[in-house]
Amino acid sequence: MGNNITQTIQTIPLNHYILLSAIIFSIGVVGVLIRRNAIVVFMSVELMLNAVNLLLTAFSVYKGDASGQVFVFFVMALAAAEVAVGLAIIVMIYRNTHSTDINVLSRLKW
Amino acid sequence: MSTFYFIAFLSIFFSVLVISAKNPVHSVLYLILTFFTFTIHYILLNAQFLAVVNFIVYMGAIMVLFLFVMMLLNLNKETEPGKHYLAKLAGAIAGGCLLAVLVGSLKAYKQSAPVILHDPNLGLVKNLGKVLFGQFLLPFEISSVLLLSAMVGAVLLAKKEPRPTA
Repeated sequence: MGNNITQTIQTIPLNHYILLSAIIFSIGVVGVLIRRNAIVVFMSVELMLNAVNLLLTAFSVYKGDASGQVFVFFVMALAAAEVAVGLAIIVMIYRNTHSTDINVLSRLKW
Repeated sequence: MSTFYFIAFLSIFFSVLVISAKNPVHSVLYLILTFFTFTIHYILLNAQFLAVVNFIVYMGAIMVLFLFVMMLLNLNKETEPGKHYLAKLAGAIAGGCLLAVLVGSLKAYKQSAPVILHDPNLGLVKNLGKVLFGQFLLPFEISSVLLLSAMVGAVLLAKKEPRPTA
């Protein structure tokens, strides 16, 4: 079983993992920039976090060091905390303004 | 080998759908599919613990939280007014520039060794647990404090404020 998987991933260059993560991270950045719904913006941030997670795992396997996968575990804990607090803030904003449009919040800059 | 490229294509395809879907509920469902493809990536890298955690925590807990909030706020319709066309174009160009810079720096780094799994036990729970509770014991404990404070903060924020009697 272990040998099979080793055979499977043996032929994939590391650059392709980096490329995939870069593409998905950029898609997340574009999502943050072009969407106005606060929840969709949050989902784009999750996309970016996951791209980084995948890259950390790929490098961890590449270097044969388990620390990278432990970092991914910490990033997941951080993402859970971020989502809990962020969604609570969105619920509070919705209660006050009756929308989740981030342009409503531009009054914060005054 | 071709499995990786097929799953990578699906990852990119679904993440594009996440940011382009008009209905936020569709966005969440596409994001769940994206995370499923990430789980398959972890399995291909033999990171079994991360695959299971990604499946349970991300697809199970976090995405349900998103859907729950969306249903609570009754956002399951296309209420988004849509940004100005120019703003969208500027955002897409900015993201494209970022991608160009990343790919350009990747080209400068010519070396492209294949990812080889030297130790098949690398991503197993037994091995990761030893590292997590040995080398990373202090960060682990601190992350528990982080989760506790996030929980307290979420409850504090979501609590209904008493109306000011003025």
